[in-house]
Amino acid sequence: MIMENVVDKNKIDLTNIPKEKFAFTSADKPLHDKCPETKPVGYFKDAFRRFSKNKGSVVAAYIILLLLLFAIFAPIFSCYTVAYNDMDFNNCYPKSHLSEALDWNFWDGCVDKEYSETQFLIYYAMGVETGHYALKKQTYEKASSTSNYKVRLDTYHSSGNKFMNVTAEQYALIQKYQDETGIQVIYPITEKRKRPAASVDANDANFWFETTSMGSKTTVKYTKNTDGTFSFNNIYREYDVTKVAGDGSYRDGYYSKVFVEGETAENRKYDYAIKNDTGYEIRVNCYEYYIFNHTYVLKDGITEPLFLFGTNHAGKDIFTCLGGGARLSFVIAIVVSAVNLFIGTIYGAIEGYYGGAADMIMERISDIISAVPFMIVITLLQLHMNSSPQLLILFIAFFLTGWIGMASRVRMQFYRFKNQEYVLAARTLGARDARIMFKHIFPNAIGTLVTSSVLVIPGMIFSESSLSYLGIINLDTGNLTSVGTLLAGVSGYMHEYPYMMVFPSVFISLLMLSFNLFGNGLRDAFNPSLRGAEE
Amino acid sequence: MYMFKYIMKRIGLMFLSFFIIMTICFVLIKMLPIVITTGIGQDANLQEEIIKARGYRDPIIQQYFNYIWRIISRGDFGMGITMPECVGKPVWEAFITRLPPTILINVYSTLFAVPIGILLGIYAALRKNKIQDHVISTLVIVFISVPSYVTASVIQYVLCYKLKLFPLTMKEGYDYFSWTMFVSLVPCILAMSAGSIAGYARGTRAELTEVLTSEYLLLARTKGLTKRQAIFRHALRNAMVPIFPSIIGEFISVLSGSLILESIFGIPGVGKMYLASIQSLDYDFFMLLSGFYCLVGLIAGIVVDISYGLIDPRIRMGAK
Repeated sequence: MIMENVVDKNKIDLTNIPKEKFAFTSADKPLHDKCPETKPVGYFKDAFRRFSKNKGSVVAAYIILLLLLFAIFAPIFSCYTVAYNDMDFNNCYPKSHLSEALDWNFWDGCVDKEYSETQFLIYYAMGVETGHYALKKQTYEKASSTSNYKVRLDTYHSSGNKFMNVTAEQYALIQKYQDETGIQVIYPITEKRKRPAASVDANDANFWFETTSMGSKTTVKYTKNTDGTFSFNNIYREYDVTKVAGDGSYRDGYYSKVFVEGETAENRKYDYAIKNDTGYEIRVNCYEYYIFNHTYVLKDGITEPLFLFGTNHAGKDIFTCLGGGARLSFVIAIVVSAVNLFIGTIYGAIEGYYGGAADMIMERISDIISAVPFMIVITLLQLHMNSSPQLLILFIAFFLTGWIGMASRVRMQFYRFKNQEYVLAARTLGARDARIMFKHIFPNAIGTLVTSSVLVIPGMIFSESSLSYLGIINLDTGNLTSVGTLLAGVSGYMHEYPYMMVFPSVFISLLMLSFNLFGNGLRDAFNPSLRGAEE
Repeated sequence: MYMFKYIMKRIGLMFLSFFIIMTICFVLIKMLPIVITTGIGQDANLQEEIIKARGYRDPIIQQYFNYIWRIISRGDFGMGITMPECVGKPVWEAFITRLPPTILINVYSTLFAVPIGILLGIYAALRKNKIQDHVISTLVIVFISVPSYVTASVIQYVLCYKLKLFPLTMKEGYDYFSWTMFVSLVPCILAMSAGSIAGYARGTRAELTEVLTSEYLLLARTKGLTKRQAIFRHALRNAMVPIFPSIIGEFISVLSGSLILESIFGIPGVGKMYLASIQSLDYDFFMLLSGFYCLVGLIAGIVVDISYGLIDPRIRMGAK
C-alpha cells in the first residue's frame, strides 16, 4: 500500500507544479547561516589529536618529562655535589633506606662475595670490634667445595678503620663530638710491633687482632666459638700508668668518656693515639668519622654515607653526577636545537625564497661545511681553543655544523610555498620580502621544522656523550659533568662493579629512545598525507 | 649520457669541496704551535732540527705548496714527530698498517648485518601490525636509540667477561684471517652490527609495506602469481631501490671506523690512531686522517646518489 503511494507521488508532473503549491519556509523571520555545531579543527589541533592517538609517543613524552624532572631536581635535592668525592667510600653499591626498612636483599649497598679465610676474617673482625658489620648481619656461609666463605659484603662498612694523622685541635674536636653523641669514632691504636709484618698489611688499620706472618702472607689468629662466631685477641697498645703527667693528662691525649668494651674511665687499658711531630696518629672508624666530619665539621647537609646509585671508583656519587650529566644533555639539546632552528631558518629562508645565484652560492657553502666530519671540526676547535671552557667549544662546534640540516629543510619548504597564490596576493598588496618570508611562508612550515628540530636531538645527545666518552672533549671540570664522561670513567671498572655502568647507561638509552619515539610521533602527526592512514 | 655528465659533475664538485676543506684544515693545523716532547734517548735539539728540516717553520703558504708537491711527487704525507711508536716513520706507512683491522671489522659487520636486517624487515612487513611486527619494530627502535658504547659495554660484559666466550679485546698480531683473530673480533662485530641491523630492518620494512599496497602488486596477484612470487619478483625489487644505496653508503662511510668501538675493543685501527694523534699533537697524522675521513664521507655521498640511477633505470640522475 505504502509503496503504491510513493509511486503515485512520483507520478506528479514536476514540470507543471501549480503556483499555489509553493509556500515560503521562513517568510516571517530573517534567514541566517547556522553556526557550526562542531568546533573547527586547525592544523595544530589536528596534529595534536593524531599525536595523542600514538600511544608510544605519548609515553615517550611522559618519560622525557620524567627525565627532565630528574635532571632539574636530582642535583637540587641531593646533598652531594658533582665535585664531591671521598675515597673512603668509593665502589659503594647502591643503597636506599627503603631496602633497610623492608628487609630486601637488594639495593642495600651489599654485594655477594666469596672470600678466602683470611680476607673473610678481616671483614668479620671489623664487625666484632666496632659493631659496624662489614658482612651483612654478620652472617656467613661456608662454600661447599672450597675452604672459602660466602658472604654478603656491606660496601658501606667494608672500609672499616683507618689510620689518620690529626692535629691536636682536630683530635680534641673528635673527642668533643664523642662525648656529646656517645658514639665512638676513635678506636685504640694498635701496637706497632704487633702489626702484620707485610708492609701492605702493616699500614692497614683493620688488623686490630693478633696475626702470624709468613713472608708477605698474613694469617689471622682466631678462636671459633661453639655458636659459630669468631673471637680475636686484640693487639692494642697498652695503657701505661707511668706515662700520666702531673696534671692528670695521659701521653695519648685521650680524655673522652667513650671507650671500647671492657674499659672505663677509671680502668684504662689501652692507648688511643701515638703522639708524633705534627699531632697524633689515631685509628678511626671510617663510617663514624665520615658522619662526624660532615655533620660536625663541614656541616654540608650530609648526615650519613648513603648513595642511591652507588659511588664510582673515585668515590663520586653517581646519582648526583648523573643528574648533572642529564642537565647538561638537556641544556645542549634545547639550546643547540633552538639556535640551529634560528640560524637554519634564516639561512634556508634566504636560499629558498630568493633562489637563483644566491641559492647556488649558499648551497655550495653549506655543502662544503657539511662535508667536514664533525669529529674534525671539534678536534680543530679543541686544539685551537684549549684554554676556553670546554662547554663553549662544544656549543660552537654544534652551532658551526648543526644548522645545515635545518637550513636545507627550510629551503625545501620555501621552494614549496613561495609560488603559491597567497604569497602572490601578499606581494601584490605590497608586503616586503621579509614579511612574506616570516609572516606568510614560515608559519606554514613550522610543523615540519619543529619536528625535525626534535628529531635531531637524540643525535646531538649521542654526539655529546660520545665525544666526552672518548675524551676528545673534557666536560669533567668542577661542577660540570656529562653522562659520557661518567661512563668513560667507570668503563675500566665495569667488570668488577657492573652497577656503575647500569644507571648512566639506562638513563642515556632511555633518553635517546624516548626522544626518538617522541620525534617520530611528532613527524607522523604533522604529516598531513598520513591523515587517516593509521586506521 | 645524462648519467655520465652528472657523475662527472658530481666528482668535479666533490674534488672542489675536498680541496677547499683540506686547505682550510691545513691552515688551521699549521697555525697551531708545534709541541716538542722528548722521551728517553731523544734530544730536543735534534727534534727541533728534524722539524726545521721538514720545513715546519716556514711560512704557511710555502709549507702548503711543499706539502702538495711532496704528495704528488713522492706520495710523502709527512713524518711522525711525537706520536709514540710512529716517531720518525712516514705517516702514510703507519696509516696503511692501521687500515686492515678497521676494514676487516667493517666488512664482517656488513656481511653480518645486511642479510639479517633485510630479512627481519621483510618478515616484519609481511606480518604488518601483527605481534611479530610489533616485536621487531620495538627491538628496532631500541637498537637504533641505544648508543653504541652502551651496546658494546653490555656485549663485552656479558659475552666476554661473564660467559667467557670471547676474549675481552682484539687479539694482537697481524694474522687477520686466522680463526682466533676472527673469534676475538666477534664481540666488536656484534656491537657494530646491532645498530645497522636495526637500521636495515626499519628501512626495508618501511619500503616494503609501501610497495605491498601499490597497484602493480595487486595486478601481479590478479595475473595469477602466488604471493611469494609477487613479493620476491615485484615488491622486493622495488623496495630495494632505496635500501641498496644506503647499504653501499654505509659500507663506505663505516670504513672510517667507529672511534668508540675501536677504543672499547682495543682494535688497533684508524680510529684509535686518530685519537692518539690528537693526544700527542702529531699534526701530519691528524692532517692525513682528516683528509681520509673527509674523502670517505664525500665518496659515500656520491656513490649513494649515483647508485640510485644505476639500480633503478627509471631514475635518471641530473635529467632536466
